[in-house]
Amino acid sequence: MSQEDLKRTPLHDAHVRAGARIVPFAGYAMPVQYAGVMAEHHAVREGAGVFDVSHMGEFRVTGPQALDFLQFATTNDVGKLKPGRAQYNLLPNERGGLVDDIYVYMLSEGEYFVVVNAANVDKDFAHLQGIAARFDVNLVNESDAWGLLAVQGPKAAELLQRHADLDLSSKKKNSVFKATLFDFDVMLARTGYTGEDGFEIFVKADEAEVVWDKLLAVGFTPAGLGARDTLRLEAGFPLYGHEFGDDIHPLSSHYTWAVKDKAFHGREHILEKASGHKLVGLTLDKVIAREGAPVKSGGEVIGRVTSGSMSPTLKVPIAMALIDANCIEDGELTVEIRGKEYPARVTALPFLKK
Amino acid sequence: MNIPSDLQYMSSHEWIRVDGDVATVGITDFAQDQLGDVVYVELPEVGRVVSAGETVAVVESVKTASDIYSPASGEIVEVNDGLSGSPELINEGPYENGWLFKIRVDTVGDTMSADEYAKIAQ
Repeated sequence: MSQEDLKRTPLHDAHVRAGARIVPFAGYAMPVQYAGVMAEHHAVREGAGVFDVSHMGEFRVTGPQALDFLQFATTNDVGKLKPGRAQYNLLPNERGGLVDDIYVYMLSEGEYFVVVNAANVDKDFAHLQGIAARFDVNLVNESDAWGLLAVQGPKAAELLQRHADLDLSSKKKNSVFKATLFDFDVMLARTGYTGEDGFEIFVKADEAEVVWDKLLAVGFTPAGLGARDTLRLEAGFPLYGHEFGDDIHPLSSHYTWAVKDKAFHGREHILEKASGHKLVGLTLDKVIAREGAPVKSGGEVIGRVTSGSMSPTLKVPIAMALIDANCIEDGELTVEIRGKEYPARVTALPFLKK
Repeated sequence: MNIPSDLQYMSSHEWIRVDGDVATVGITDFAQDQLGDVVYVELPEVGRVVSAGETVAVVESVKTASDIYSPASGEIVEVNDGLSGSPELINEGPYENGWLFKIRVDTVGDTMSADEYAKIAQ
């Protein structure tokens, strides 16, 4: 796909102005970094960063059977949601894998917002449309109508508070609510995917650039996809296409809590078939284990690295790997990198305990 | 982009400075900028005999690993030990403290001038 074929978020021009390095990602031209991955990573861990995540998709689900539909389409218990609350959730397929991992926001009775991964927008929508046909619901793809900015970091709430019209300290993690920010009507959610406190700002697409510029002007550091990936890896968060996928069983992950024993699409393939694999964290001494690197025990390949990088915070190489569930007893494995084997220690997730 | 005129370059973004029969090798300013924050460097063993164009080192940034090719045939006589504790030296000074290794040169492979390299480093 050439650069011209890539979709652009409403903030594309702002990224170019900020000197971002633009790369293709999930069909979009996205900023991978501005000043540098390390600087942006530390800005989020120690201060306040802002990410453009407008490439992600938003679906609105309304109607008398909105809850029943989402309950059947997903693995987590949507019935536990109350208006103004958000929930991490999974979309199972028919063969024991996942269509996507998603966030479900309950806006009011019978009204939900579903946020999906950018690469999966069309696939997810088609999948959900197939299920929605059996329910009395309206399912609308509003992805192009929204800009989505994630402000993240220990100082994000304090900094955002100065420009918001209501008390953010009263809003708990996973709450979602309407607000006025810099005189713009937005929807704020106390969610994110960096392991830090923060908010996601849903703003009309044509107002996103002004809000972004104002956030930078008041002290948020622009952060790109590079930092987003190292942050989520330190936090042990799975990423679709790496730790999750069409052929990766969700009970292999440490996100088994998001799979409830309830009636849902593909249930028999998820709840009644063991996967035999387990997602583990690995820590290495110096060399970085990248995605795809074979993980070995006693010379035998027992799995593969799904994500790996240098941890900017811990300053050691970290990785996640899907391995044979029977082979993690001793906690000492090796990873083959460029033809050589390096020792790796099984490490509890998240890598960064906060 | 800093492209010193007194060095020779490879299309794969290594530079070589020949001084008598020993040459110093590193990656260019363009290469370090493209890689971003360098976090790990795997250097060749001293005494290894290599051919021009052979993979001899790996420079890793947060996001990616890049093979480094030798611009010359010969024997590796020294490596930059400072990089093991401070790989960021490559970002800070790719032509100075961020050099990678020194090689006793038998022959230099296909290289280009600074002017020629400037045309591809953009």
